Amino acid sequence: MFSVGNKVSIMSSELHEVVIIGSGPAGLTAALYTARASLHPLVIEGLQPGGQLTITTMVENWPGHRDGVMGPQLMADMRAQAEHFGTAFLSGLVERVDFSSRPFVLTLDSGHEIRARTVIVSTGASAKLLGLPSEMKLMGRGVSTCATCDGFFFRNRPVAIVGGGDTALEEALYLSKLASQVTVIHRRDTLRASKIMQDKALANPKIAFRWNSAIDEILADEHGNVNSARVSNLQTGEVEMLTVDGVFIAIGHTPNTSLFKGILDMDEGGYLVTTGTRTNVAGVFAAGDVQDQVYRQAITSAGTGCMAAMDAERWLELGDVEFHHAGEPATVAVPVRA
Amino acid sequence: MASEKVHTLTDGNFAEVIGNTEQPVLVDFWAEWCGPCRMLAPTIEALADELDGKAVIGKLDVDANPTVPGNFGVRSIPALLVFKGGQLVDQTVGVQSKDALKRLLERHM
Repeated sequence: MFSVGNKVSIMSSELHEVVIIGSGPAGLTAALYTARASLHPLVIEGLQPGGQLTITTMVENWPGHRDGVMGPQLMADMRAQAEHFGTAFLSGLVERVDFSSRPFVLTLDSGHEIRARTVIVSTGASAKLLGLPSEMKLMGRGVSTCATCDGFFFRNRPVAIVGGGDTALEEALYLSKLASQVTVIHRRDTLRASKIMQDKALANPKIAFRWNSAIDEILADEHGNVNSARVSNLQTGEVEMLTVDGVFIAIGHTPNTSLFKGILDMDEGGYLVTTGTRTNVAGVFAAGDVQDQVYRQAITSAGTGCMAAMDAERWLELGDVEFHHAGEPATVAVPVRA
Repeated sequence: MASEKVHTLTDGNFAEVIGNTEQPVLVDFWAEWCGPCRMLAPTIEALADELDGKAVIGKLDVDANPTVPGNFGVRSIPALLVFKGGQLVDQTVGVQSKDALKRLLERHM
């Protein structure tokens, strides 16, 4: 019934030892480790199989690739490696989870149900938007959150990028090769991006900066295509109409946790709260950006994916009580044997 | 693995296919260098298999065919446009699940 990556059809009634929700670096690393532990993991790929790295270009900070590696290639390799050790993949979207009884039940948007002894949540994060009504209306008509997808449509046209982090500058540098002019609009007068990205962007003659500024409206022509943005200087109140055909939004990410509202503990930002990789529901673990608003790197996601896999494996082996003891060595007295 | 049922649309054959099809036509605007478009490709193929006879599913490479995307103001891909009786009746941008696309098409069946 399902379209499955390794062409094995999966019966919905089958009980899985480990089900992983999400297929970015965290999910695929968790899959690799649990597959090698012979737990036959099932990965539910979600809307963006491979995760955020599939829309990036060169990844220069993945250790071992001394000349860098393309994001989509890295993810294809990770998937193939997990598959090689016996991971099953399911293309679909989880719409509902029931963690109140055992085994856990996950309902897909196709209506199919999947039962799992343990679940690893690695649903990642999605691009945050500015929250302007015009932005939603003009999405796909000049407003974009993916420079590598949509830069093509702005060849020799002026564009703006909102944001000051690594993603914003990476997109600015990418767009500078296509667009006639790239204007980075940033709320502060200093960039959050890494030094190396800052140096590259500041030295690029096609990239201009509007510091201490924010877009408060995106405007369109009579055909409904973006033609300008109203930019306000937050310190002086000065308003500028910037002529742009495209507005790229790169102001950070928000965790994909709406599925778990009221079920898993989360902080004010919506990030899952974990101890190690454990959530408040025993047998449910979390890894990657969905539980990390500090580091948010491919390598840290992969790292927590590995940790979640090892925790799930141990939990299946030991059960709740023993796992908790083993997981908290600092608070458990070590029995002294004669 | 590629489905035979996904029609390849071009600047050349677009008007003819859209104009001469009674069923709703879903067109996936894509390009080779677009990661999310590649991710969506298997969904589009599965959809074409599933809705065979009820709807027509097509793909248009925006790199090779600039005119049609220009005419419809496509500036983000993947873009999914639904046509009925030669007219644009619905559209959405970004990766979608198969069931979401099915619901989109069923509104026009």
